[in-house]
Amino acid sequence: MTTTYREAIKQAIRDALNRDERVFLMGEDVGRYGGCYAVTKGLLEEFGEARIRDTPLSESAFVGAGIGAAMAGLRPIVEIMTVNFSLLALDQIVNNAATIPHMSGGQFAVPLVIRMATGAGRQLAAQHSHSLEGWYAHIPGLKIVAPATLEDARGMLWSALEDPNPVLIFEQVNLYNMEAELAADAGAVPLCGAAVRRAGRDLSLVTYGASLHKSLVAAQLLATEGIEAEVIDLRSLRPLDDATIMASLARTRRILVVDEGWRSGGISAEICARVAEQGFYDLDAPPARLCGVEVPIPYPKHLEDAAIPQVETIHAAALELVRPSGRST
Amino acid sequence: MPSLGADMEKGKVVEWLKKPGDPIARGDVVAVVETQKGAFEIEAFEAGILGEILVPVGVEAPVGAVLARIDGPGAAPRPAMAAPAPPRPAIQPVASPPPRPAQIATGRPRISPAAARRAIELGVDTRGLSGSGPGGAIAIADVEAAARKPAAPQPSAPPTGTPGPRRGFDPAAMRQAIATAMARSKREIPHYYLSLPIDMGIASEWLAAENARRDVERRLLPAALLLKAVALALRAVPELNGFWVEGAPRLSPSIHVGWAIALRGGGLMAPAIHDADRLTLDQAMAALRDLTTRARVARVRGSEMMDPTVTVTSLGERGADSVFGVIYPPQLAIVGFGAPRITALPVGDAIRPRPVVQATLAADHRASDGALGSRLLATIDRHLQRPESL
Amino acid sequence: MTAKPHLDREHARHLLGQMLRIRLFEERCAELYTQQKIRGFLHLYVGEEANAVGIACALSAADSIVSTYREHGHALARGIAMGPLMAEMYGKANGTSAGRGGSMHVFDRATRFYGGNAIVGGGLPLAVGLGLAEKLRGGAGVAVCLFGEGAVAEGEFHESLNLAALWKLPVLFVCENNLYAMGSAIERTESETAIFRKAESYRVEAHQVDGMDVVAVEVAALGALERIRGGAGPQFLECMTYRFRAHSMFDAQLYRDRAEVERWKERDPIRRFGDWATASGLLHVADIEALREAASAEVDAAVAFAEAGAWEPVEDLCRHTLMDAVPA
Repeated sequence: MTTTYREAIKQAIRDALNRDERVFLMGEDVGRYGGCYAVTKGLLEEFGEARIRDTPLSESAFVGAGIGAAMAGLRPIVEIMTVNFSLLALDQIVNNAATIPHMSGGQFAVPLVIRMATGAGRQLAAQHSHSLEGWYAHIPGLKIVAPATLEDARGMLWSALEDPNPVLIFEQVNLYNMEAELAADAGAVPLCGAAVRRAGRDLSLVTYGASLHKSLVAAQLLATEGIEAEVIDLRSLRPLDDATIMASLARTRRILVVDEGWRSGGISAEICARVAEQGFYDLDAPPARLCGVEVPIPYPKHLEDAAIPQVETIHAAALELVRPSGRST
Repeated sequence: MPSLGADMEKGKVVEWLKKPGDPIARGDVVAVVETQKGAFEIEAFEAGILGEILVPVGVEAPVGAVLARIDGPGAAPRPAMAAPAPPRPAIQPVASPPPRPAQIATGRPRISPAAARRAIELGVDTRGLSGSGPGGAIAIADVEAAARKPAAPQPSAPPTGTPGPRRGFDPAAMRQAIATAMARSKREIPHYYLSLPIDMGIASEWLAAENARRDVERRLLPAALLLKAVALALRAVPELNGFWVEGAPRLSPSIHVGWAIALRGGGLMAPAIHDADRLTLDQAMAALRDLTTRARVARVRGSEMMDPTVTVTSLGERGADSVFGVIYPPQLAIVGFGAPRITALPVGDAIRPRPVVQATLAADHRASDGALGSRLLATIDRHLQRPESL
Repeated sequence: MTAKPHLDREHARHLLGQMLRIRLFEERCAELYTQQKIRGFLHLYVGEEANAVGIACALSAADSIVSTYREHGHALARGIAMGPLMAEMYGKANGTSAGRGGSMHVFDRATRFYGGNAIVGGGLPLAVGLGLAEKLRGGAGVAVCLFGEGAVAEGEFHESLNLAALWKLPVLFVCENNLYAMGSAIERTESETAIFRKAESYRVEAHQVDGMDVVAVEVAALGALERIRGGAGPQFLECMTYRFRAHSMFDAQLYRDRAEVERWKERDPIRRFGDWATASGLLHVADIEALREAASAEVDAAVAFAEAGAWEPVEDLCRHTLMDAVPA
């Protein structure tokens, strides 16, 4: 059936609430307002206030409460409106959720799921346009996933709730309206593992989130020029699926990482480092990456567009990788 | 001296509150010690009589040093007190370096880019070479060791598509490699040949006038004009700019002209001047100068050796009238320029002495024919008649 | 009707005995730290014993505890065995957290001890979550959240009080006000130094208690817990107390007056209760000595337990980073 990314997530939440009485959802404006991005619209009426909880604007407290409730055996889904506000809860996430299993010597698990919207593209300016999932992927003890397809939006939540570890799900703001076909009985999908979304032989385009779809369009453009790009959807940023990336590199010999986040110390840097460590001898060209420009995201559309990867820039970067134009020193 | 914190290394005794012979009860403050954080009272954890003071007032001691002895009844020496404890017992496992993620095994021979470049410079065939790098990869040291070996058996084909440039100090190896490449070229590539005499009078005059205005260091040589003319002409006739690969021509969107440079002591190399069509004459001149200098001390980059899409060989000011080159596989063409000769040519109504250079083309007949080849030479000629537009 | 502790001989021995166990354990830790057996940071509870013991006596097995980095007293009073606790201080594999946490991160599943926490204020949201879980399950347990007055400056304090009150969660917030947040006296950091008033501003019933009086603390705790179990929502106790030792071992105490420390030492909760108990005939001096000796022996045994413990092998470094399953 045809549905949207948003609806797929809502259905996943509904499934979880129906399936497991330990599951409840809390966050700002998830109930009465229906969710900032309308993901949870109607769920309050369906499941009631105890299980669809509106919270005050207290990220630290309600994320910490989610941690505590998870430690006590429930399965909370905490919705932080966007990754931008998650910074207020960073202490709870990094100093509690990620560490308590370890600090307690394995006595307490934190089976918490945190959902956040991420990404730029709506002219919301610097404080509302971050892509910090790569930053979070730095922290041992956390699992970081970025569903970019409807199957993943629908199925990752299930697997995240089953996982005994804290899982942070990064939903791309620009994908909520995306429409596609999804089986009515679509179920759980593995949390880990990258997916080859398009096979190719000339370069490996490694990406995730909203950049996936831009990369797929760029790949179509490249095909008309005789370049077949293999497009890999990372799906999970922590852990990273090295095997899939390297197997692709072994076939194509060239890699371009596309990441909306900034390049310095981002997930693209991590992937390139791993490529050097594991795929050095298969590279026919240095690993390339196209990332967000190192500027706080600006408000005017033309500047915002220029600040993050676009179909055109992905295409150009791929072309340059396969058919370098200038000095190759 | 007690440890009071992870970053405390030593302390200075500033006061003794008890003297030898005084009774000490557990918990009594016996001394005051100064540290970077301030003064601390030192308490006794044993009861007894204060014995000898080993660290007097004003003296600094490291953490763990004995400050004084406590003697007497009831002072059951606890083992913990006696040792100025080195923090950990024998558990200091020599940490082996964390295992590096393994390079994926694809079954291909492994050679680092730096080693590959070195192999080209030295004329080493890396096939069959054993490597000392990670996972048996060939490293620079392996290539250099192979290069030092006397008279290695020669393979029937050159190691890479383009014949390797050789370092000046190894002329024998270089000649051998050139021989191999040229033999292969003649064997596999059906060459056809064209020539066109080009009146260089206008170009010479223009050059003389240009150079008169310039300082010595910035003067242009005819080579710069020839280089640019060929590059621009290839824009008009792209079929002669590229490679023969797997049974078909693969034209290159970029024009990287390999400029043949004779090396002292014998040997020849033709490294690339990249995007020659986009250079100004000054840039072309600078590139030629730079390349020639570096080639003569074998400081040519691997990319410069791998990248030429066409080759130009010029005999300069002295030498034979014309040169028909042998194509460097897998390129599609090689353009030649002979030395200028003063020749009597009709100019207008009269016969004039003009400097004439024989331009030649040797091209791969699988990829082009005489019509195309002629067009190239004619275009080169046209460009050289309008040097100001180069 | 508010429950009152039945202050018979048995209970008096229990109160005093527990305080003595804590006192002797902490004093021994100080000594071991100077010998580098215990490393890192060490925050001792000497002088504050009445709070831990008074609160712990009022709790049931179904209740949960969240504490701070000054949690040894809470841990012992709650019933965590002294041997594993000392081993945890040493970092040994037979410690409460297999040695992974150390002094500031004591956890114990069996007694529902949800951690020492090294981030001031970091435990308050966890306690709110524990209370939330209990409420959603319809259980009778209370989440007891212990913290110092320093935490009151952190945003998390305000967020947590508000949330607990809004959702009427079964949380007992206990502020152990020892007047100094590390080296910062409360007058220098709080515009409103009566902490209990802050709780009241969130509509949480709050009481100030003499934290040097173990019986007063127990009475206050019993009352608060009864109100919470009766559905009144969260409760707040501000226990006025004092730490006789420095904030941590490497603290020269430049920020407070020696005379002030001596004044508070005269209100030592152990001596006070002991004196009162003997004066009122509830206990004999011999009882107190026996309790002290028993505690001393227990501490010796705990040190031996820790000394004998093994170090976790380095090969197991990454254990517990991710869990394979939620422990049953």
